Amino acid sequence: MAIYLQIISNGLMLGALYACLAVGFSLVWGVLNVINMLHGSFIILGGYLTFFAWHLYGIHPVVMLPIVAALMFALGFALQKLVINRVVSAPVLTTLTLTFGLDMILYNAMTYWFTATPRRITLDLGAVDLGSVVLPVDRLIGTALALVLTLLLYGVMRGSSIGRAIVAVRMDRSAAELMGIRTDRIYAITFGIGALMAGVAGVVFATVFPITTNVTGIWLGKAFVVCVVGGLGSVPGALVGGLVLGLVESFAGHWFGPQQAITAGFVLMLVLLVTRPTGLIGVRGYE
Amino acid sequence: MRSGFPLYAAMIAGLLVLATTPLYADNYVVRTAAIVAMYGALATSWNFIGGFTGYPSFSTAAFFGLGAYVGAICQRHGIPMGLAWAIATVVVAAFAALLGGIILRLRGHYFAIGSIAVVELCRLVISSWSSLTGGGDGLNLPLMPWPPEQLMRFFLFVMLAILLASLIATIFVDRSRLGFGLRCIHQNEDAAAMVGINTTAYKIAAYTLSAMFCATAGAAYASWTGYIDPTDSFQIVMTVKVVVMALLGGAGTILGPALGAAAFVLLEELFWANFLDWNRAILGVVIVLLIFFLPGGLLSLGVLRRLRAAKVGGGK
Repeated sequence: MAIYLQIISNGLMLGALYACLAVGFSLVWGVLNVINMLHGSFIILGGYLTFFAWHLYGIHPVVMLPIVAALMFALGFALQKLVINRVVSAPVLTTLTLTFGLDMILYNAMTYWFTATPRRITLDLGAVDLGSVVLPVDRLIGTALALVLTLLLYGVMRGSSIGRAIVAVRMDRSAAELMGIRTDRIYAITFGIGALMAGVAGVVFATVFPITTNVTGIWLGKAFVVCVVGGLGSVPGALVGGLVLGLVESFAGHWFGPQQAITAGFVLMLVLLVTRPTGLIGVRGYE
Repeated sequence: MRSGFPLYAAMIAGLLVLATTPLYADNYVVRTAAIVAMYGALATSWNFIGGFTGYPSFSTAAFFGLGAYVGAICQRHGIPMGLAWAIATVVVAAFAALLGGIILRLRGHYFAIGSIAVVELCRLVISSWSSLTGGGDGLNLPLMPWPPEQLMRFFLFVMLAILLASLIATIFVDRSRLGFGLRCIHQNEDAAAMVGINTTAYKIAAYTLSAMFCATAGAAYASWTGYIDPTDSFQIVMTVKVVVMALLGGAGTILGPALGAAAFVLLEELFWANFLDWNRAILGVVIVLLIFFLPGGLLSLGVLRRLRAAKVGGGK
């Protein structure tokens, strides 16, 4: 029994990280209808910025959080405004190929400057022992941070006028335009928020997982799965998708070995794609 | 409608240029020609589902990799090479038909994601099924006891044969009911179903065609290199590369994808030779420029436009 408590808590901790990782990707997909192949590299870029600030200048990751957020938002905003916006209403083949091309550039630049050596910030905070369940403190903080950031985005989407405008554009672009919303600007802001969430996920990840350009594809794959499992374009969807994926991977890893954890995630995704393409809590009509 | 003559002339000229490389060039050029033919076959195959039907399929690498593995496993069990390639083709075609029945129900972004997931899933299954596939260590194939020049020449002709087969299939599909139906699905799937096209069967046929030649090419590639492993066989980069080639030449045209493959491979060789550190980024720049400035592909350029010949039910 105790082992299952540990598996469940591991799964939930992992799931919160996945939710934070995927929520920006989900937002961009839902609002812009663009599959952002850059997302994995954005996460790693955030991680690198955090690592080098800590390694070279001794800046604590928590201090880096707002800085990375601001930088990544600016990068995402500019990229959407100057490049992606030109094809934003083109078919998926065009937008996906374009973001993949951009990803090749960013990936190459990062591999060239930082090399692919895995790097990680070790804060060494020990672990909390709750009798039957042991929780490493750095991971616990990472989880909490990921949850706070994801919920913060939820608050912004619900409460601020920008957030409401984004939701409006997502529901009906033409109607939103008629209401005086500048959709181009909303698109750029949304892409900026997507990059920002990827960046801050990278900050959290730098303290939990090794940072290397080799894993950009893996994180991108997680974002796919979380989106499809939870449903597109909403924060609660990403949260549910993330937690479900975390639990599934945790249990699959225990029963079938760690190698099968990722396989289980993809199988879950394909099954849901076919049986319930709106995701577990998605709304019909948003496919 | 317009005659197909410029199309056939260009096709035969292109194949001849590739086929005659061993007469006047060194092994490196012959190898590049074989790679051009291989990617030409892959891009021409993708064209069935991506170009004619307009479904954003990213599963090319899955079919290529599975073909390579089925061929390799057959050969390791003593089945002769040619037969192993044929088995790989049939097995992967059957796999694609079954898979198509499931994922072709999806459209647009969901289909794109689903087809990418298929590549990852194949890689994961192959790398964990070690008893059959050797897992992450990969598989060695029986080496052929030929000198390098002869080996290279042999595989050049094999790849050319696969390319030719895929082109002939394209021409047949283009002029048949199937091709017409696929183009209808591309334009408006619901309307196509309404006028009596069996969209499910047509899409599955296109998806299967897009898998077949990839599998043959994969199996031949495995025999050529003599070693395969999961990471190399199932690359998302390769999948996207093939799509970019088809777009570069002109998706939905007959010769476009093969032409795009030739242009892309030559560019890639150029970048590898001169900018080793930055070749990936340069390819990224090529993709961005392609999307912005040449969305219709090379065949939309004035001089080459005549090669589009039979586009949109031309043969009728």
